[in-house]
Order: sequence, then C-alpha cells, then structure tokens
Amino acid sequence: MLRFIVRRLLQLIPILLGLSVLLFAWLRALPGGPAQAALGERATPEAIERYNELFGLDQPIYVQYLKFLGRAVQLDFGNSARTGRPVTTEFLERMPGTIELTVVALVFAIGLGIPLGYLAARKHGSWVDSTSVIASLLGVAIPVFFLAYLLRLGFAVELGWLPGSGRQDVRMDATRITNFYVLDGLLTREWDAAWDAVLHLILPAIALGTIPLAIIVRITRASVLDVVNEDYVRTANAKGLATATVRRRHIIRNALLPVSTTIGLQAGLLLSGAVLTETVFAFGGVGSAIYDALFARDYALLQGFVLMLAIMYVLVNLVVDISYGFLDPRVRVQ
Amino acid sequence: MTAVGDVRRRRIDELAARAGQVPEGEGGVSLTRSAFRRLRRNPVAIIGAVIVVVFLVVAALAPWLAPRDPLAQSLLSEIRPGFIPGSQEGYPLGVDNLGRDLLSRLIWGSRQSLLIGVVSTVLGVAVGMVLGVLAGAFGGWVDTVVMRFVDIMLSIPGLLMAISISVLLGQNQYALMIAIAVTQVPIFARLLRGSMLVQRGSDYAVAAQALGVKRGRIVFGHVLPNSLSPVIVQGTLSLATAIIEAAALSFLGLGDPDLARPEWGAMLANAQSFLSIRPELAIYPALCIIVVALGFTLLGESLREALDPKFRR
Repeated sequence: MLRFIVRRLLQLIPILLGLSVLLFAWLRALPGGPAQAALGERATPEAIERYNELFGLDQPIYVQYLKFLGRAVQLDFGNSARTGRPVTTEFLERMPGTIELTVVALVFAIGLGIPLGYLAARKHGSWVDSTSVIASLLGVAIPVFFLAYLLRLGFAVELGWLPGSGRQDVRMDATRITNFYVLDGLLTREWDAAWDAVLHLILPAIALGTIPLAIIVRITRASVLDVVNEDYVRTANAKGLATATVRRRHIIRNALLPVSTTIGLQAGLLLSGAVLTETVFAFGGVGSAIYDALFARDYALLQGFVLMLAIMYVLVNLVVDISYGFLDPRVRVQ
Repeated sequence: MTAVGDVRRRRIDELAARAGQVPEGEGGVSLTRSAFRRLRRNPVAIIGAVIVVVFLVVAALAPWLAPRDPLAQSLLSEIRPGFIPGSQEGYPLGVDNLGRDLLSRLIWGSRQSLLIGVVSTVLGVAVGMVLGVLAGAFGGWVDTVVMRFVDIMLSIPGLLMAISISVLLGQNQYALMIAIAVTQVPIFARLLRGSMLVQRGSDYAVAAQALGVKRGRIVFGHVLPNSLSPVIVQGTLSLATAIIEAAALSFLGLGDPDLARPEWGAMLANAQSFLSIRPELAIYPALCIIVVALGFTLLGESLREALDPKFRR
C-alpha cells in the first residue's frame, strides 16, 4: 500500500511541472504580458518598463520560467492588481468558504443521490425509476447559474425563507479563527453565528449539488442493476442468505465502487465549478473572486487561483484514488 | 499506469473498453445495423431524435419561421426601468428590455446555439482524434508524450480551462467555440486511444498484421473504424454540454459581445437582471437550452445503449 501511495505521489511531479509551464505561458501570451497583468490596464509604459526590469522580465524566457517556478514553489504568485494584496493570501482567505460550500453540496448530492438511485434500481421499470431517470437527465441539462437564480428568486427573494447572498449576515459580529464560518461559530461557541452561516450555505449548496446529484443517481442506478445480475449475487441468493444480507453485503457494497469514483471526480470539479454558483449568491469564496478578477482583468490573481485550484483538484483526485485502493484491493495490483 | 486524474481517466477508459463488443446471438448482422434496429425500438431514442430534428429544422428555417426581425427595436416607448411589456398582438412572447421580439430572437438564437455546439464539438473531436490516433496507433514514446500532455490538460477543471482560454483569445464567438473545444480535446483523445488499444489487441487486427498488412491500413482500415463508437456517443453528449457551457461563459461575461447575434446562452445571461420583473425573458431561453440539451443527451445515451450491448437492459 505504501509503495502504491509513493508511486502515485511521484507521478504528480510531471503533471505539476506541466501545469506550471502552461500557466506561465498563459500569462505571457496575454496582451500586455505580466507587467500589465500586475499593474493593471492603465499602467504607463515607464511603469511597465520599470516593472519588467524589477522582476527580470527582460531576461531570457527560461530564466524567467525558473524564477517563476521558484516563486510558485513558495506559493508566491505576486499581488492582486485589484486589491494589491498577495494572491496567496486572497486564496487562503477565500478557500475555506468554497470548501464549506463544496462539502455541503456533496453531502446533499450523496445523501439524496445514493438512496434515490438504489430505489430506482430496485423498482426497475416502475414510475419511481422513470421519474428519477428523467429528473437526473434534467438535472444535467439545466444551466447551473439559472438554477441558482431560480432558487434565490424563489426561496430568498419571494418567500424570504433563506438568505440569498453572502456567507453570513453582515450584522453578525462573529469572531474569525479559521475562516470556516460554521467551524468558527462552533469553536467560539457563537451558536447563532454558526447557524447563520449554515443557513447561508443551503441554497448555494443545492444549486451546486444538483449536477452531482443527478450524476450520482444515474451511476448508482446503473451500477446496482449491473451488480444484481452478477453470479455472486445469484450464488448468495441460492445458498439461502436473507434478502437483506444479500442486499447489504453483496449488492450495495459492490455497487458503490463506481459511485465512489464518481463522487471523487465530482468533489474535485465542484471546488472549481463553484464559480457560477458563488457569483449568483455573492458567496465570497474562491469562485466569486475569479468572477471579480475577470471583470477587473486581474490576471495575476487569475493565474494563481487557477494554478492552486488545479493543484487542489489533482490532490483530491489523488486522495480518491488512494482511498479507492483501500476500497477495492484489485486496483492496487495494477 | 499513471497517476493523477485517475478517477476521471478510469471512467473514460471504461467507456473505451466497451467499444465494438458484438452482442451474443446477433451474429451475421453488422453492428451498425443491429444498433440502428435497437435504436429505432427505443422510445427514449425517438424522443431525443424528434427534439434534435425539430431543433435542426427551426435553425435551418429561422428566417421564414421568425415572425419579426430579431434585431428591430420596437415598443421602445413602452419600456421603462422596471417595466417591460408582456405579450401582445404580434409579440406572442413579449419583448426584451430593448423592445425586440422574444419569439423571433429565440428562433434565430437556435442557429447560433447550434453553430456553437457543432463547431466546438467538431473541433474538439478533430483535435482529440488526431492525438488519440497518434497515441493509439504508434504506442511507445509517442503514446507516453501525448498522454502526459492530455493528463496535464485533464488536471485543469473544464470551466477554469475554458475561462483561461477565453481570456487569452479575447471576446468573440470564435474564442468561445475554441475555449469550449479545448475542454473537450483531452476527453476525446483519451477515449479514442483507450478504445484503439482494445481493438489493436483483437483477433482481426492481429490477423491483419500476420497477413502482412501495412500499419497505416490496419490503423485506418480496421482499428479506427471499430474504435469510433464511444467517440460518436461522447460527441452527441458533448453537443449538449457545449451549449450549456456557452451559456455559462456568456454569464461570466466571456461570451460573444456582438449583441446583433441572438444566442440562447447570452439571452439567458442578459435576462438575469430582469428576473424579478419579467422572469419569462430568462425562462424561455433556459427552456430552449434545457430541451435541446436533453434531446442530445437522450439521443447520446440511447446511442450508447444501442452500440454497447453490455449497457442494454
């Protein structure tokens, strides 16, 4: 197992190097180049020249790349053109919100998706089955931001049941420790602050979780239907095991393997897919920062955020892959 | 085996491995014909096909179907901040915030959405296939180099990749199409390579090799045609994602800035500001996107079922 993990970790290196080359090239290919990206649109030519000299942008390209790499390893991606603060600081401040949102969205998708998919498979061919299939197809076809707007309009603006923007009520004078607002509330025993943060998570999480929900329902259903016809299920039934035992030990366990793959895949995608949802709900996570950066042409921030998100995506996939090795020993042997 | 995005890659590979399996008891009939027969019997496929055909017809006949000029701004005197007139004679679905007929814009918009979907998917498939064929046909170091590159592309989540490309290329409809296409490339490359690897080891490919057939003929005459079915399925599904993704990019302000070209994604994105005044301005284009995306998805899924006997149930 340890060898498996180490091997996987080593294989990350070329991917990360490739990523850094791509994003290095991206910033340089932009009109105006990195100086403009750092100084903003209205920078004077003199300022750009001074910047280029200061940061060694007049040196050969490979020297520049190595310097970029050296700074990237220390997670230094320069300063945001919009706020003037280090990109990494911005990222660390905003990431907890996005992680909270992703976790709640996943809990929603998994908690609803697996039982629904299982139910659909057990009632194969019934109206429960066809409804869940159609609903899951619809879930993938709806543009996320539109769904988010509908939820916000319905439940926040019209009905007023839930807050429709931000991460916490601005009047809430909560203490910050980790920037995970729910966690902070619990740690400081400011229960109302924690509860308020939870309420703010509900609508965005439903919007964000709909696509994974739809996918999980479909995969679970297909996978259960596959497993039910396997020889070992027939054997288990034939040797007289109780139906509940067959379901629990033979069907569900095996059927959940492909589902876990999908969940891992979605977890990584959600971290970045939050751009649309966060923008609609003005959520103040990584996603809405990317949206703001697009408008402000804050390319330094964009570069840093994309790179760090890609690294997180890769790491989440790695964790999923390793845990998959635990779940299914057959994978380790390959 | 390599590391990252393994989860994602494994799924692509699973799909690839299933390519071209002939169902039992259907020997003697070509795969294409038996697949088509299964497709015709599948009500889901029929629904999907009908939606897609209607969409294509509307797009083709837009100039004749649209009751009005989609760009003409009328009823302007009626429009004030906070008030946009609803449906009335000659404007069955009402007008948008600039007084343009919504129905005509939806009908014309089908063209642009179709164009974006088709061009970006064809582009993605084409580049992906070149990479996939290179890797699948040559193997060895070519395979390693190509697949490493594909892995790096897969490690950037699709939407972020599309955003980065859009920023790089500027705002125009071609940039939009290229951005969407780039996110599709690694998927198709990996899919085709995986399915070609399976086919390369099959009996007929080995037999052809033993007979002394040249590599080019084996690849293009035998292996490639038999590896295409997952690509066709994924391509159909991609048409749906491309249209949805175009809407997302429009929403982020990275869409086609030329407002003279009505497009569903842009219409939906622009209508968000009037959602509480005139929700139908957003709901109609959204419905169009959802229905068309659903049509392509239904067609793609039933194609997969038809082409992939293991999926049949």
